[in-house]
Formats: sequence, C-alpha cells, structure tokens
Amino acid sequence: MDFTYDDEQDALRDAVRGLLGKAYSDFEQRRQTCKADPGFSEQVWSQMAEMGLLGLPFSEEDGGVGAGPVEIAIVCQEIGRVIAPEPYLHAVVLAGGLVQACGTPDQRQDVLGALASGERLLAFAHDEPGSRWAPTASAVTAAQDGADPDSGGWTLTGTKEPVVQGARADQLVVSAALPDGGTGLFLVDAEAAERTGYPTYDGGRAAQVTFDGTPATPLGEPGRDLAGSIATVLDIARIMAANTAVGAMETALRTTCGYLTSRKQFGVTLNTFQALTFRAADMYVSLELATSVVSWATMVLQTGDPARVRDAAARAGLQASRAGRHVGQEAIQLHGGIGMTAEYSVGSYTAVLTALDHLLGDGDHHLADLAATVAGHGAIDPLAVG
Amino acid sequence: MQLALSPEDQAFREEMRTFFTTVVPEEIRTKVLEGRELSKEEIAGSMKLLDDHDLAVPHWPEEWGGRGWSDLQRHLYLEEMQAAGCPVPLAFNASMIGPVLAQFASQEMKERFLPKTKSCEIWWSQGFSEPDAGSDLASLRTSAVKDGDDWVVNGQKTWTTLGQHGDWIFTLVRTDPEVKKQAGISMLLIDMTSPGLTVRPIELIDGGHEVNEVWFEDVRVPGENLVGEPGQGWTMAKFLLGNERVGVAPVGATKAALARAKRLAPERLEEPLVAARVAELENELLALELTALRVVAHSADGEPHPASSVLKLKGTELQQAVTELLVDLAGPASLASGTDEGALPDWVHRTVPTYLNYRKASIYGGSNEVQRQIIARTILGL
Repeated sequence: MDFTYDDEQDALRDAVRGLLGKAYSDFEQRRQTCKADPGFSEQVWSQMAEMGLLGLPFSEEDGGVGAGPVEIAIVCQEIGRVIAPEPYLHAVVLAGGLVQACGTPDQRQDVLGALASGERLLAFAHDEPGSRWAPTASAVTAAQDGADPDSGGWTLTGTKEPVVQGARADQLVVSAALPDGGTGLFLVDAEAAERTGYPTYDGGRAAQVTFDGTPATPLGEPGRDLAGSIATVLDIARIMAANTAVGAMETALRTTCGYLTSRKQFGVTLNTFQALTFRAADMYVSLELATSVVSWATMVLQTGDPARVRDAAARAGLQASRAGRHVGQEAIQLHGGIGMTAEYSVGSYTAVLTALDHLLGDGDHHLADLAATVAGHGAIDPLAVG
Repeated sequence: MQLALSPEDQAFREEMRTFFTTVVPEEIRTKVLEGRELSKEEIAGSMKLLDDHDLAVPHWPEEWGGRGWSDLQRHLYLEEMQAAGCPVPLAFNASMIGPVLAQFASQEMKERFLPKTKSCEIWWSQGFSEPDAGSDLASLRTSAVKDGDDWVVNGQKTWTTLGQHGDWIFTLVRTDPEVKKQAGISMLLIDMTSPGLTVRPIELIDGGHEVNEVWFEDVRVPGENLVGEPGQGWTMAKFLLGNERVGVAPVGATKAALARAKRLAPERLEEPLVAARVAELENELLALELTALRVVAHSADGEPHPASSVLKLKGTELQQAVTELLVDLAGPASLASGTDEGALPDWVHRTVPTYLNYRKASIYGGSNEVQRQIIARTILGL
C-alpha cells in the first residue's frame, strides 16, 4: 500500500509538465489554440509523440512504450492541470486502447505505430443519438455485403454523434451493431465517412459522422461481439478522465485561492471574509477525497482484474463527478463576475470539468450502477487484492 | 503506487483481526456494534484486556508500553478493532493524558501515572472546556493559586465526558492571570475524590448522562501534580489536540454501522432511492478511508498532516449521516425510543437517541467550523 510515485514517475511528470506548462501556462495561448481549427496544437501533439506520450500505454512491439496505468494517469493529470486541448483521452486512451485490446497483431502494429508517432490521429466514434454511455451500438449497423473485398466485404451504415475530433481524425474506430447480434468494432478511413465538425463548449471539436454503406475493416476477429472489451476500455478511460479532472480541480482551486488573496473589495482582500474562505475549504475537502479515490482506482487498474476495474471506475467516476461540479461551480462563484468571462481561465476549467463529467458517464450514471449492487456486499475493503 | 499491503502488513492485519474477533468477548462487541451503552467496568475491562496483550497504547513511546509500529500499522489496528466492535481504549487515557505525560512529565510523575493509565486502573477525565471557553479554549478562567506547596483551584469545567466514572482529571488552569492568556495556563492532575470537587450530571437531548459539569471550590492540589512547568499548559493542550494523524476519523466504526444498517433493513435496499443513498454513503466512506490511508502513509515525523482536518470534518459528517440513515430506515418505528420490548424490531429503539447523540461529533475535538478555518488558513493560505 503506497500512494507515492517513484523517481521515474516523478521524472515523467516533470517532463510532461515542462512540455504542456510551456505551451499553455499563459491561458491566452490555450484560448487562441482552441479558437482555431482543429482546436488543439498540432505542434504540441507532435512534441507529445516525440516524448513517447502517444504510445505510452502500448506494448513496444506495437510501437509503444509499454507503460502502466500510473504513468498514463500522470499524463492525464498534467493535461488537466493546464486543460490542454490535445485529444489524449480520446485518441490514445479510448481509440488506441480499443485497437490494443481488440486488434489483430498486424492491426495493432499498423494503427498504434502510426498513432504513437503522431502521423495518424484516431477518433472513437461511439456515441449515438439517444445513447447514454453503454458499451454497445445500435444506430450504426454493420453488414457483410461483399462490396469491398479489401475489407472482407464489411460496410457500416448510420450516424455517430458527437464524435470528439471526428472531423480532424485520419482514422475512426467505430462501434456498430453486428448482423448476428452484439457490437463489433471497425476501422474506417475517416475520408470515407461524411463528417460535419463543430466547436464544443470546452474548447474542443466534435463532429457528426455519417456512414452510408461505408467500407469498414473489422477490428480483430470479424463478427465477434466486443461489448465486453469496449466496456473495459471505457472503464479504463473513466479512471483516466477522473485523473484529468483531478488535475483541473487542483488548478481551479489554486487559482481561486490566489484570487481570494489578491482581489480587494471594501478595502480588504477577499480572504478576509469567512463566508468565502469556508467555501474554499470545502472545495479542498472535495478535491482531497476525489484525489484519494482516483489514485486508488488507478492502482486497482494496475492489478488488472476487469470486475474490480469496473467497480473502481464507477467509484472514481462518481467521486470525480460530484467533486468536479462542486469545485467548478464554486470556483466561478468565489471569483464573481470575472469567473464568467472567456478571457479569464477559471470558467474554462469548469467547462472542461463539465465535459469530462459527461464524456463517459456522469455521477448519477455511476451511482445507479453502484446502487444496483449495494445489497451484495457488506463493508467495502479498498485494500482487498484479488 | 501500489495497492496491496506488504506481506508483513497483511500478516499484521490478519493477526489484529484474529485477536479482536476471538480474544475480545463477543457479548461486549455486539453491544458496541448495536450502539448500546457500556458500563464503566466493561470499558475499563476491555482496555485492561488489550493492555494484557500489549495492545492498549501501541502509539506511546516504547519504554512506556508502545510498540514502535508504523502509522499504517496503527491505522490497521484501529480499523480492525472498530470493525470487530471492540471498545477502543479510553481516549482520555490512551490518546490524551498518556502521550502528554510521556512527553512533558517528570520521570517520577511518569512512573507514578503511566502504568495505571495504560491499564485503565486510573480512569482519567478531561478538564478543558468551560462555560465561557469552548472553541476559544484559551479564555479559560478556572484558577490555581499557589498556597505553600499546594495549588488551590477554583472554577468550573464542563462537557466532562464520563466524568462520573473519573478517578483523576487532567485540568487546564490559569496559574498566571497577568501574562498573555495562552502563557498563563498550566496543566494540573487532580484527584477527583479531593474535597471541594463536585461532579454534576448534564442530561443530554438523547436522554443519556454522558457529560458533566465539574466544580472546584478551594480544591487543594499538591504542587507535585503540576505537569512540566507552570505556563506550559497551552503547549500541552495543542500537543494533545493536534498531534494525532491516526484514528482522526472513525472510519472502521462508521463502516461497521453502515454495513449493519444494510443487514437490518435489507428489504429497504430494494427501493432505488434508499439503495442510491447507501451507495453514495459507501463511496464517500471509501474516499474517507483512502484519505486516511494517504495521511498515515505520508506523515512526516511528529508533524500533523494538514489533511487531518479533512478527516475530522468529513469523518464526523459521515458518522452523523449513517446515524441519520438508520432513523430513516426505522421510519415511524423510530419514535419508540423509551422501551426495549414490544412488537417492533429490537434495533429501532436506539436509532433516534443515537442520531441525536452524534450531533456532538461535529462539535467536539475542534468543531467542524474550526477545521474549516484550519484548512483555509494553514493549507490554502487564506
């Protein structure tokens, strides 16, 4: 039982902080980056590739680094700290994670190698109109109608939305309902789909992606139901989204405290008013508690058992959701009017926390999962292993 | 970053679990888990039993009976103890005056008091709060005036928990009214059978007699009973209230209470709102427990970890939330507090008294508003 990072992990954090901190420590830099398409910095993305961050989770034979969840979590926390707009969670953790989990050796080498080097951007096309974070697909269907022999004759039809970075992506990982039931995953050349991109409130980009008999290559064994693998990768991404949220909350709280000690009203700094400092103290409590659960979930992920990961992801997701709303809302309130402006940083942190909250399941979604099993155990033992 | 306990700590945890669930009598443990009141003999007897196995005061210096355990081991010890329903060692002895004497007292005073404090042969009471000195403890007015070799004590203490059982009371007194208020305070050990000392019960909203007023009218205390030096009392009080990193939040006891609630009313868990409320409480308790683990795993020598305030604040809130849940699970039956018999399930009778009783938790030991103040000032720099 150890919550500390080792020297190599500290060095990784320093390196990532050096890169992203340099790029975005000036909030105006982030704001300008988000204003122009594709909503992130291609240069920073390349630098992340050079540093090995884009291949961090993948095995060396697939062109990656073979690092563990703690390392990925460190990258996500640092991204959250400066709310870097680069689509790490979507391209690397989600889309890349699915290719790693489900792809054939050839697919893994091809796709993950290109992802890790920064030459190909992946997007995970999964959400559909009406869907709510399930690991299954229904609005996009797969058929094997023999049109294109290169892809084994598979095609996709239907609409995915919102697809984060769907318009900029070079290659899509698409979930689709299989003809014989179940949900499969497919690789699709992004150019082959009809894509309409738009900006999102967190500074990012999303797209409507429509398939109409679009050729698609099954990821892994054709026709196999991959809902279980999708669920596990979603759980991993939930834990990483929660790590990102922890980083964002830390900065939101620090920024708020800085404001309280510098802004003057009635001739005194705002921290003179206990009504404000007590609320900041409560923000700290929320952040500390969330940090504990998220760190724990990251360590559970290290143990690898999917059932425990599922439980830990729901717990981290619930805690990060509750804390993210609390910290985000109070950060704006304690700032007052300046917190409402796009020019000042703190409101954007609240926007990013809101996006993270709804990306892979909000607090109520996780709570419903946990409530369904609450009668099945006595007290929870966080130290239980195996 | 590593989830699993080391093999040594895992073995330690199992050893503790076995001890608390086999050596400590089940009858007493059941009483604790059901929230029933324990007699003086049961509390003192349990501490004596723990002491017989060198488990009453593991955090004391080793020469006085401590075990030299890591903070993590102490955490595991306390968690297993609470999960099993073993009465925790009397806090006034084990956590308060014992460590103060070990740190500040003369060798003679240590030898005189520490062994009997450890075994609970002396039952200590705490004489800190006064009617006009609550959160602002340094405003205390109980005076001690030197008369020959003795101190003569006059004044009133209040909120003296279980003072009706007390043999001795460690008392903050004002020995110098001329200096800055903190500097004029000293710590006196007073025999509660001394002439002029009167203990009067305070009845609380739960109907119980847990706290008392203690009055001092010209109580003569031998000069040798002053701990350390005159004027050191405030330092000792801060040491006593602030040196704890382990066991700040009653995690194990609250977990056991929540698990019990689920056992008592399983049919209610089929209601989605109840299930969601329990699941959310479980998650918050998990967050609390993990934060406690972070604190014990990271504590620097002797320094209170700043997140201790988080543990006190959130720990008491959750403790209270579980007592509130039990009242709601009992529903209309919760009214039947004045009997232990009848047609209703046995457990419903104590739900509201327990709920009312635990409103104290966010007030004592530095109220939760004091904890927010500590977080804002010392952690956030506000």
